[in-house]
Amino acid sequence: MTLNTASKGAAIDIRGVSKTYGSFTALDDVSLRVEPGEFMSFLGPSGSGKTTTLNLIAGFTDLSAGEIRLDDRSIGNVPAHKRNIGVVFQHYALFPHMSVAQNVAYPLKQRGVAKTERARAVDQALQKVQLEHFSHRFPSELSGGQQQRVALARAMVFTPSLLLMDEPLGALDKKLREVLQLEIRRIHRELGSTFVYVTHDQEEALVLSDRIAVFNKGRIEQVGSGHQLYTRPETLFVGQFIGESSVLRGNHLTNGSDTALTVAGTTLIAPGQAQGDGAHVILLRPENLTVQPTGTGARDGATNIINGTVREMLYLGAAMKYEVTLADGSHVIARTPTQDEPFAIGSAVELAWNPKDGTLLADDGSTAGHEG
Amino acid sequence: MKLNLPKLLLGLTCLLIAIWLVAPTLVVIPMSFAGQKSLAFPPKGFSLQWYENFFTNPQWFGSLIVSAKVACMVAVVATVVGTMAAIGIERMKGRAGGLIRAVLITPMIVPGVVLAVGIYAVYLDTQLVGTWIGYVLAHTLLAIPFVVIAVGANLAVFDARLEIAAASLGASRLSTFFSVTLPLILPGILSGALFAFVTSFDEVIVSLFITSPQLKTLPVQIFSSMTRDADPTVAAVGSLIFLGTSVIIGLGLIFGMKGRRT
Amino acid sequence: MPNTSAQHAARGPLYLTLPALAVLLLVMAVPLGVIVLRSFSEPELGLANYVWFFQTKVNLTVLLRTFSISFWVTVCCVLAAYPYAFAMSVAGPRLRLALIMCVLVPFWVSGVVRTLAWVILLQDSGVINRTLLSLGFDKVRLIRTQLGVTIGMTQVLLPFMIMPLYAVMRSIDLRLLQAARSLGAHPVKTFFQIYLPLSLPGVFAGATIVFILALGFYITPLLLGGPQSTMLSTLIQQQVLSLLNWGRGGAMGVVLLVATFGILAIASPFMKRKYQMSGGSR
Repeated sequence: MTLNTASKGAAIDIRGVSKTYGSFTALDDVSLRVEPGEFMSFLGPSGSGKTTTLNLIAGFTDLSAGEIRLDDRSIGNVPAHKRNIGVVFQHYALFPHMSVAQNVAYPLKQRGVAKTERARAVDQALQKVQLEHFSHRFPSELSGGQQQRVALARAMVFTPSLLLMDEPLGALDKKLREVLQLEIRRIHRELGSTFVYVTHDQEEALVLSDRIAVFNKGRIEQVGSGHQLYTRPETLFVGQFIGESSVLRGNHLTNGSDTALTVAGTTLIAPGQAQGDGAHVILLRPENLTVQPTGTGARDGATNIINGTVREMLYLGAAMKYEVTLADGSHVIARTPTQDEPFAIGSAVELAWNPKDGTLLADDGSTAGHEG
Repeated sequence: MKLNLPKLLLGLTCLLIAIWLVAPTLVVIPMSFAGQKSLAFPPKGFSLQWYENFFTNPQWFGSLIVSAKVACMVAVVATVVGTMAAIGIERMKGRAGGLIRAVLITPMIVPGVVLAVGIYAVYLDTQLVGTWIGYVLAHTLLAIPFVVIAVGANLAVFDARLEIAAASLGASRLSTFFSVTLPLILPGILSGALFAFVTSFDEVIVSLFITSPQLKTLPVQIFSSMTRDADPTVAAVGSLIFLGTSVIIGLGLIFGMKGRRT
Repeated sequence: MPNTSAQHAARGPLYLTLPALAVLLLVMAVPLGVIVLRSFSEPELGLANYVWFFQTKVNLTVLLRTFSISFWVTVCCVLAAYPYAFAMSVAGPRLRLALIMCVLVPFWVSGVVRTLAWVILLQDSGVINRTLLSLGFDKVRLIRTQLGVTIGMTQVLLPFMIMPLYAVMRSIDLRLLQAARSLGAHPVKTFFQIYLPLSLPGVFAGATIVFILALGFYITPLLLGGPQSTMLSTLIQQQVLSLLNWGRGGAMGVVLLVATFGILAIASPFMKRKYQMSGGSR
């Protein structure tokens, strides 16, 4: 067996997949297609089904219903060790009784690769993760970041067409995470394999991925690029999970192509039509809001105006962050360029924005799903 | 330095307890060099005749060989069976694992004589009294708990996720077991095997019941010698066992230190 | 059929335990079953053997003695093991190794030989008595007395007390004591209010094991004891091997079995650690 360095990424087709544990449904009728060579992230809070999906693709758990196809081949009955998929775990899962080189050589040994070819491939893989001088060390002698690089080398040394990563940077500190994120991107470009990356960190997903699938309660809420998810969330959950946001709740009234929402006694316009009679909300991004003195009125198309009181003011260097309390008690976060004379805490202000910058969404009851 | 008095008292207490634990064991060493056939301490005179007696008297040396053979067989059987059980228990979900574990440990708790009488009754009916297989079966029963505990303790700290990782890297279950699981739980298996060997080699109660003049284990021989007369050969045997165990444990310590490096 | 493979995987572990369970069935369950059966059926069906056991004064005396010796052995073990295990838990690595070695050394010699050592030490002209004489004390009868049996059994059983106690004590965070001290509690008070309660599960675990093992002790009482210190195990052996009375021997065995497992069942709730230490293993 020879190993070609330029492997082509595999396509994954997940069709109507469910996974139940007794009466608990971990995954409920999920369908998703991952394109060859794509970097796809599964994003969601813990227990949302993203890791379950990854385990199903890897073959660590059995499907309850549905089908998973890898390059148009159903893999439901293929045992994990025959799927030829590389997996990187959050807990590294390096074999403690083997040296770095032995760890990386392990998948090649299982595939009966000849010794010389093995050594060459191991060297190459270790070079890719910049650990070529550590081959004789043991995992316990490496730092967390180094261990995860070894795990990465081990998962890609057999040039799998698909690489799965389950929160691989979850155990590392922020700085190291950022360095490794860049490395993972580079490796993805060099390998050309399809990457599926599970994370609960939306920033990480935004940095790394071509597309992101947002998981919630065993379902996929939305699939799209980071930009799409941020600017055009289809559900309130997605809108709140990705990026910072504020939510205005009120009674809605369809008004031609737009919808009017009465929030704390003020009528606000949002683009699009409400879906059904259920409660709706307006989702606002902090950078789209202007904080202005009460009575300033509409300027530059910012025709949605609502009164509030400054509750908190944070100086962030290039920007300022205001937390404004509305008459109905809800809080709105606004980010503005640094002002020479910021509004004091307790002062009455107006929040203004262009109606098309707000997103009208059905209220699915979700509240901010993550911190910061 | 207010702590000194309590510390001193504690140290002294521990020293006394340590002496109490160790001293009786060491008494047999001078006894084994006694010049006369007496078990008075301290012994009078010096001779190696009890060691000579041990190695030349077929009663003694033969029983040593029997015990060694039985213990080796028990070590193999109990380790294989016990390791399998420990792995099964570890992988079992829910309460079943805990229950089976508790059941497998009961041979440690059942009063020796009751078990011995029962085994004797069954062996009388099945003609297993005084047979190799009789000894091996009975001793394996008593050794299984030690293997289950030793291997189980090792499995508890073994990261089963490594097996999943191995599967993702292309290793079949069998290959995973031999390349990942086995090397990592080997310390537990080895100490289980050692415990099994010692359990069998030292077992006396059940052996006393199922023994025969033709096939006698060393502890049975020691026991009958002790109840018959004051023969310092017993002390010689004790000293030899002490020496042998010390060597094994010493090697184990050195080996263990080496292994800890990685 | 993904489901069947999952079920298969779930049953796999059970198969692994079957050989061990088979050994247990053949060499323990069946023999004990035979004993129970014979206690009710020999020489004739009924409770005669149990009636005899509980109506014969000697039996009751021996039963009571078995419990009382086991009790005192347990008490001695707790008293000796507590400071020793505490020292082990606070000692540096080298001292700890030395202390552990001292606990394990008795196991290096055959159990029977160890009892021989006690016979030598305890006999009327033995070291202990001669030391007592030279110090001006009277001779004490040790061999073939309950005192001698208790001394010997305590030494043999002490490791079984020290080890579980040490395991629990090692997991007690000593910073708790420092914290209590820093809050102004007296050292003696901190010990009784914090350390002792936390170590109690270890005491219970060790004491239960020691007591249960002591109940069934055979070799030590046989060699160190005399007619006045016979324990139940010896009586069982006599009934079966000397008198060939399987029924009565079996009934005694069942009494001992029931006592052993009864005590275990009663004591096991107290062995659980109520307060899991932070950072403790699963």
